[in-house]
Amino acid sequence: MTKKLTNSDTNLVGMSRRRFLTGTAGLTILGGASHFPMPALAQGSPLKVGLMLPYSGTFAKLGKFVDDGFRLYVEQQGGKLGGREVSFVQVDDESKPEAATDNMNRLVGREKVDVVVGTVHSGVAMAMVKVARDTNTMLIIPNAGANEATGPMCAPHVFRTSFSNWQVCYPMGKVVADAGHKKVVTITWRYAAGTQMVDAFKEGFTKAGGTIAGELALPFPEVEFQALITQIATLKPDAVFAFFAGGGAVKFVKDYAAAGLNKSIPLYGAGFLTDGTIAAQGDAATGIKTTLHYADNIDNPANKAFQGAFKAKTGNDGDIYAVQGFDGAALLNVGLTAVKGDKAARETMVTAMRAAKLDSPRGPMSFSKANNPIQNIYLREVKNGRNELVSIAQANVEDPARGCKLTG
Amino acid sequence: MNGLTFAVQLLNGVQYGLVLFLVASGLTLVFGILGVINLAHGAFYMLGAYLAYWIAAMTGSFWAALLGSVGISFVLGLALENVFIKRMYGRDHLAQVLLSFGMILVIDEVRQILFGKDVHSVAPPAWLSGSIKLTDVLSYPVYRLALCGFCLAMAIAIFYVIQRTRIGMVIRAGAENREMTRSLGIPFDTVNRFVFAGGIALAALGGAVVAPVSTVFPGMGDSMLILSFVVVVLGGIGSVSGAAIGALLIGLTDTFGKVFFPQISSILIYVLMAGILLWRPNGILGKREV
Repeated sequence: MTKKLTNSDTNLVGMSRRRFLTGTAGLTILGGASHFPMPALAQGSPLKVGLMLPYSGTFAKLGKFVDDGFRLYVEQQGGKLGGREVSFVQVDDESKPEAATDNMNRLVGREKVDVVVGTVHSGVAMAMVKVARDTNTMLIIPNAGANEATGPMCAPHVFRTSFSNWQVCYPMGKVVADAGHKKVVTITWRYAAGTQMVDAFKEGFTKAGGTIAGELALPFPEVEFQALITQIATLKPDAVFAFFAGGGAVKFVKDYAAAGLNKSIPLYGAGFLTDGTIAAQGDAATGIKTTLHYADNIDNPANKAFQGAFKAKTGNDGDIYAVQGFDGAALLNVGLTAVKGDKAARETMVTAMRAAKLDSPRGPMSFSKANNPIQNIYLREVKNGRNELVSIAQANVEDPARGCKLTG
Repeated sequence: MNGLTFAVQLLNGVQYGLVLFLVASGLTLVFGILGVINLAHGAFYMLGAYLAYWIAAMTGSFWAALLGSVGISFVLGLALENVFIKRMYGRDHLAQVLLSFGMILVIDEVRQILFGKDVHSVAPPAWLSGSIKLTDVLSYPVYRLALCGFCLAMAIAIFYVIQRTRIGMVIRAGAENREMTRSLGIPFDTVNRFVFAGGIALAALGGAVVAPVSTVFPGMGDSMLILSFVVVVLGGIGSVSGAAIGALLIGLTDTFGKVFFPQISSILIYVLMAGILLWRPNGILGKREV
């Protein structure tokens, strides 16, 4: 553990000691020459960003993309945010909630980072939120969708640049109802994220006049779907709403198609059903409609520029995780720019970040009072092995932030 | 629930049970005959699936993938027995657990290096990729039916080898009394090696034949390992017929549990196991302590 940290101590992006010294010396001279007061910059310590992400385990690929997206933005600003140099400390959270508090405390206590960015897994993220609240540390969540993070556990200095589980699924209710489906069966894993996503869909769907004909669930992360798929065929709903991710998503979509259900009962889902899994799902995924805050072919300049730059940096096509990391850095940049790089002026920084309006690759994005993104939720359909944009399912969706004291 | 749906669910349960049997049979052989607890059984199941994916991607042939995956695993099993496992006979179970747990970590890491972390799928052979229409909405994939038949054939083959052939006789004798078998001049060490490799090959075969209906993903061996142990303990350690009964019981309990008692489906198979162990502490067909 200690070794991991020692390694990462030296992991300062574009920051050899010499370059750092010349940089600050230059700034001091500049400051002196122009008689322009730049107290914070003259102090010169870089902004220390703690990246607490899954660098190994099931979510390693997601963590890598968040990390790449964040660093891409910082590199585009010349290694600085708001004029201040940035250094990184990496901690592998391994998606293990039991180690989350220790890892977070190490970043905050020993490494004394100025801001923590993390993470993918909701259980880990909730432990991080708790430490961030206790120690008054700034936290930017680049993926985890647990409603609580910007609900009962919300705080002015805890931001999220991804989504809430509610936000992604609620708009789907109206989409499914508008498509003329009256009776829908839901299916998911019986765990926090699955329940929150299905509940949000139910809320949207029943509000639009639909009825839930059955709620199927199986223990996380079981993948033996056959019995439940037979049950769907028995219930004969007009449509099915599903939330699964990763290997489970691939298997469910394939089993659904193999049972012939895809021909008669349309499948809808949260975007994660077909995101990052589409290659393995192949033809079985064709025609599935999902909602998410991103689509592969969003046609705006920010997305094109982002995709080009990300491909050039990493050789991979940018995905939603990369976008969320990228926007995390963009949000931090807004805060630091407002205080001209003076990271000590935390209050001003937080106020600026809460009011931030980002031109994200996903489209326009601002923040709710609970610091969750207000963003478009897109309806996508799987065509030609891609999650192609169909329409905006609902524009500027704001999470209701139930239980958050900041919204009052 | 009408008759047809019931029949389909029954088929689902039997099919799941047969797959469980195929994987668990290797575990019960290694456990019962060699007395070795092999925690890495699930990891070999995963490895079999990944090898099948890899070979299928290279050659485009499902059968080549099946044979290649089993062949490679068998050879790997021979080598592992020769280097590691043979030192474990007669040692206490803690040492075996530590060794096989280490093997899980190594296999996982090797899988990571060779195949990465992505989820993959394997296409079944074209003539098995269709499906049979059961009702206006539901079809049953032909491959799943073929899977049933294949697992059934494998089960019969395993019974035949163990009960009716000379090598099976040696295996049974060795399981009964190791020292006596050896002193009768039977090359028991070689038999051991082949039993272990056979167990590994069965795990890999399970992973490979399931690959087209399951998908190939990193954690796939973990749940299979636990279920295999439940099957082995339920059926009676070392008893192949016991494993068959146990696997079918679990397949049916799981399937009908999900249909009738969805809220508690996840604990039903463990409740079943606890109940049966209270009734027969050595499993359904386990040997009584003398």
